[in-house]
Amino acid sequence: MIKFQNVTKAYPDGTVAVDGLNLEAPTGKLTILVGPSGCGKTTSLRMINRLIEPTSGTIYLDDQPTSGMDAALLRRRIGYVIQHAGLFPHKTIVDNVSTMPVLLGESRQKARTKALELMERVGLPASFAKRYPWQLSGGQQQRVGVARALASDPAFMLMDEPFSAVDPVVRAQLQEEFLRLQREIGKTIIMVTHDIDEALKLGDQVAVMRVGGKLAQMASPSELLTSPADEFVADFVGRDRGYRSLGFTKTAGTVAIGEEAVVQLGTSVDEARAKASGAWVLVVDGGRKPLGWAQPDLLNGEVKRENLNLSGIPAAASGTMRQLLDAALSSPSRRGVVVNEHGELMGTVTATDVVKAIEAEPHLETAR
Amino acid sequence: MNFEWLGRQFDNIVFLLGWHVLLAVTPLILGLLIALPLGWWAHRSRRIYPLLVGVAGLLYTVPSLALFVLLPLVLGTKILDPMNIVAALTIYTVALLVRVVADALDSVPEDTVQAAKAMGYRGYQSLLKVELPVGVPVICAGLRVAAVSNVSLVSVAALLGIPQLGSLFTQGFQLRFYTPIIAGIVLCVVLAMILDGLIILINRWLTPWTPKVVAS
Repeated sequence: MIKFQNVTKAYPDGTVAVDGLNLEAPTGKLTILVGPSGCGKTTSLRMINRLIEPTSGTIYLDDQPTSGMDAALLRRRIGYVIQHAGLFPHKTIVDNVSTMPVLLGESRQKARTKALELMERVGLPASFAKRYPWQLSGGQQQRVGVARALASDPAFMLMDEPFSAVDPVVRAQLQEEFLRLQREIGKTIIMVTHDIDEALKLGDQVAVMRVGGKLAQMASPSELLTSPADEFVADFVGRDRGYRSLGFTKTAGTVAIGEEAVVQLGTSVDEARAKASGAWVLVVDGGRKPLGWAQPDLLNGEVKRENLNLSGIPAAASGTMRQLLDAALSSPSRRGVVVNEHGELMGTVTATDVVKAIEAEPHLETAR
Repeated sequence: MNFEWLGRQFDNIVFLLGWHVLLAVTPLILGLLIALPLGWWAHRSRRIYPLLVGVAGLLYTVPSLALFVLLPLVLGTKILDPMNIVAALTIYTVALLVRVVADALDSVPEDTVQAAKAMGYRGYQSLLKVELPVGVPVICAGLRVAAVSNVSLVSVAALLGIPQLGSLFTQGFQLRFYTPIIAGIVLCVVLAMILDGLIILINRWLTPWTPKVVAS
């Protein structure tokens, strides 16, 4: 557990970066500090490992005040990940990852063996071990940064905008992998981000901070979306929060999934036209995995791969209302493709079906 | 070019070359050792930086001959003592390298320094294990300038009668005989190139981590 008790950071020129912050990050959970620039979120984070010293107030690590600890020893207990990874350019990847164990007195040999295991865990091939940071892409460097922070198996981790310096595709991938990793390792993490979507996607709980270093609201992601504490939070969380809150509502069998006639590649146009409902027919492969939609009226001869419209995004039946609704809205036929956990077709849903299920759900607002 | 004279003077020329190397390289090493803490200080304090770099620049503008003559008064050495040359060139080297060391430490990415601190490196550990190693390319670039500059400055000491390759110039001018002058110039250039190459090699050996596209 990491606890802020009345923590204030004021600078000699009168600027107050953090103002009387009270906050508790529970053990094994991912707590996110989010807010606009100048809200003091990074300052708060850096006061935990005393890169910045608080002006007043106390920060506790598992009930021990950090102010009495040796700063370097304190930092060695806490994993730290920063925006541009901040790798040591003069050390190989494996030695970068070994940094903290070696500082803590472990032999280089042992530390390297462990580092190799960790690299594998964060999705880095062993062949990277002897490379230097400049030889890696931004996303790969960030993985090394995460591995380095985990190397001494610290109970606590601080992450400062860890995924914001990479492109959106890599970011989404890193976020997914990190969530999976956190489910296995269960560290007590505080992460700073300015991206509310990232906060809602990753956080077990989210602390929204406002300019001037005050805590505006601390809540679970779904609670933030459905009951923001004030106008600032409502505004910061965003305009389409009603839609986004559906991302926290499981479909849980409440939406009626309709039968969908399917054809395979190579089917004749006549047969495809016969099976089509409206202008579109769904095309699947031999294992009933959806490939895309085809319009028989526009085809000659048979259904070919290059004729497929790929704009629809299949939703998993076990997914959220948001994914289901998005599947329907993104599909050219307006029928959203629903698949099981193996990616095989279960049927289709329309936006109307989903909305009906949402309206029928009495406690949607608090469901999570 | 009188090669026969060169042959006869071979032993003497080797002796002069040896002194030249000693008088150029000793101050280079001493200067670096003194510039490291001073440069670190300048890097640490934004107020000290302009002061140290300013004084260093000023020192560099003092004519070498004047320094060679003045130093014995300050150090209490004899005017012909080679120590004067070593001391004077050490001052020049320090003057060059204070700024170089400060800039080398400044060149270390902020993220890297920040990460070192956050991982629990103490100040001196971060300096010795992260900041200095990462600053090596910049320091070596400065050392190359200082090395070449020292090789050429040493020859001025010939005017004071301290033996080194510059002695070949004074000898040649006095005798109106060009062979020793040409030999002196060639040896100075070759020596400067060898020292330069040596520093490049040391840099490569110390920094296997730099992108290979950088050609020296």
